[in-house]
Amino acid sequence: MKYEPILLARIHKPNSHQLEGYRADGGYAAIEQALVDKKPADVIAQVKDAGLRGRGGAGFPTGLKWTFLPKDHPGPIYLCVNADESEPCTYNNRILMEKDPHQVLEGIMLACYAIRSEKAFFYVRYEYGTAYRALEAAIAELYAAGLLGKNIFGSDFHLDIVLHRGAGAYICGEETGLIESLEGKRAWPRIKPPFPAIEGAFRKPTIVNNVETMACVTQIMRRGIDWFKSLGVPPDPKNPRDAGSYGPKLYTIAGHVEKPVCVELPMGVSLRELVEVHGGGVWKGRKAKAVNPGGLSMGFVDVLAPLKGEDGKTEYDIPLDFNGPGKVGCLGLGTAAVTVIDDQTSMVDVLHNVTQFFSHESCGQCTPCREGTGWMLKIMERFRRGLGRREDLDILVDVADRIGIIPGTTICGLSDGAGWPVKTAIRKFRSEFEEAIRKGEPSRYAKPLQMVGAH
Amino acid sequence: MSVLSEDIKNRIRALLPKYPRKQAVTLPALHMVHDEYRHVSPEAVVEIAEILELHPSEVQDTMTFYAFFKEKESEKLGKERVWVCRGLACMLRGAYELIDHCEHKLGVHCGQTTADGKITLEFAECIGACDGAPAILRNDEHVMNVTPEKADGLFAEIRK
Repeated sequence: MKYEPILLARIHKPNSHQLEGYRADGGYAAIEQALVDKKPADVIAQVKDAGLRGRGGAGFPTGLKWTFLPKDHPGPIYLCVNADESEPCTYNNRILMEKDPHQVLEGIMLACYAIRSEKAFFYVRYEYGTAYRALEAAIAELYAAGLLGKNIFGSDFHLDIVLHRGAGAYICGEETGLIESLEGKRAWPRIKPPFPAIEGAFRKPTIVNNVETMACVTQIMRRGIDWFKSLGVPPDPKNPRDAGSYGPKLYTIAGHVEKPVCVELPMGVSLRELVEVHGGGVWKGRKAKAVNPGGLSMGFVDVLAPLKGEDGKTEYDIPLDFNGPGKVGCLGLGTAAVTVIDDQTSMVDVLHNVTQFFSHESCGQCTPCREGTGWMLKIMERFRRGLGRREDLDILVDVADRIGIIPGTTICGLSDGAGWPVKTAIRKFRSEFEEAIRKGEPSRYAKPLQMVGAH
Repeated sequence: MSVLSEDIKNRIRALLPKYPRKQAVTLPALHMVHDEYRHVSPEAVVEIAEILELHPSEVQDTMTFYAFFKEKESEKLGKERVWVCRGLACMLRGAYELIDHCEHKLGVHCGQTTADGKITLEFAECIGACDGAPAILRNDEHVMNVTPEKADGLFAEIRK
C-alpha cells in the first residue's frame, strides 16, 4: 500500500507556507485544544508515550528530554530550535521550513506550552535564506493574528519566537555550540554536564529540539499516540535499552541517483528501497558501490557486502531505523540523509572530500579533533596525489578511533563523526585503497582547492 | 566620526529587547554591518561593542570564529557573494569541475572578488541543496542544478 505523507502532506499546495491555508487544513487546532483541555504535563506525557525520538541525529527520546527540566523552576525556561541543518547531504528541515513553516511553528508552540517556556529561539543556518524569510513571514502572520505574544487563544499562555541567523559554521548544530553562538560567543561546545536542560541558554534551563521533531510534535498532538505508533518499528525485544523507531521520517536522497528527493516514509524502510524505488535508482544505469546512510558522520555502507546471518541480503538491505545502520558498523541513523556513490567513483576522492569537510569544520577547541582531522586530511591529500603509503591506512584508522566523545578525548561528537566515515571506508573498501597505493596514480582532482580560513 | 550610520545603530538597538543579554545581539549586528558595508572594520567592531556594552575584543573574538565575516578593507565583499558548494553530494555531481569553471570564468580564486567589484567567489561546505546538486548559494539563496552555462548566466545577470 502506498504511504500517504503526513509531514509533507501540504508542501505541494499553492501558498503552502501561508497561515490561511494552514488553518484551513486544521492548523493550530492542536495547540488551541491543548490550551483548553490539557495541562503542560499532559502534552509531555503524550509526546513521551508516542515514543518520539529526536530527528536531529542522536535520536534521544523527546518527551524524556523535556522531563529533565528542573521541577517548579521559576523561569525563564527557553526552547532553542535547531535549524542549523549542516550535516552534509541533509536537507529535510529546509523543505519543512520553506514549504510548511506553520506546521513547525505549531510544534514549537506546543513544546513551549509543555515545558513552560515563554520564549523560543529559532536558530537558522545562514545558508537557508529562503527558509529564514518563510519563517519570518509566518511568524509575522502569527503576531498579526494574535497567535503569538500575550494570552494566546485567550489563555494565560504567552510566547515569543525569535529568529536568529547563524554564520556558516557546522559546529553550531551541536546543541551547546548553538547555545554559545546564540549568546554571541565563539560556538565552542560546552562540557556536559550540566546538560542544557539544567543550565543552557543564558544559564537558564533550555531544551534544544530539531525542526522535524517539532513537526512530529504537531502531528502527535493532532493525530494521537496510536497513529504515531502505527508507523515504524517497535523496540527490539532482545535489547532492553531500545526505545523503538516509531513514526514517519523524512529521508533525503542525494548523490548518484536519478532523482535526488526528500521523501516521507514510515521509519524502517530499507536502504535498497529508498535508492532503487524512491530515488529512481543509481544514475546513468550504473551500480551503487557505497552508500552513506545518514549524513557523513555515520560512515559508509558497502552495497555488496553480505549481511551476517541473512541469506542473500547485503548491507544495502539494512532498515533505516535507529538500529539499522549500527548493525553494519555505522554510527547510527543520523539525519537519515542517504548519499549514493556509484561504482565508477574513487573512494580516495570520496574520503578526501569527507576529511576536507571535518578538518574545515572542526571548531579548534579540542586538540585531538583539531589536529586529528587535519592529519587525516593531509594523509588523504597525499593519497590523492598518488603518494599514499601502506602504513597510512592503519594510521587513519588509529586516529579515527581515538578522536571523539566516545573514546573520551573531546568535548563534543564532531570528531566521532569525523572518524566514522574514515574507519568504515578503510575497513570496508581496504582493497581499493591498497590498489591506489600500488598504482600510485594521482586522482583527477589532485589539484588541491585553496584553503581559506577554517573555523 | 562614527563609521556606522545612525540608522544601522538604531536597527541594532532595536534588537536588544528580544534577548535576555545584549551580547546575544553580536551575530545579528555583525550580519547587519557586514551586509551593508561589505566588511566589518576595527572601527565598526568598536562601535558595535559600545552598543552592546562589551569590550571590543569580545566582539572581535566572536567575529573571527566565523570565517564568514571579512575584516580587512582589502577583502571587502563585492556586490554579490557567490558560493559554490563542494559538499559530498555536490562533489559527486560535478562541484569541483564547477568551481574550476567559475574560477576560470571570473579570473579569481575562491575567496577573491572580481576586478569590477561585482562578484565575490567562494566555496562552501554543504549548503543543504543536495536535491539540486551541484548547487550554488547566491548571497543566501540556493541556485540548483548549476551547469557551467547556468553559472555564466548567473554571472551575467549579476553584472548587468
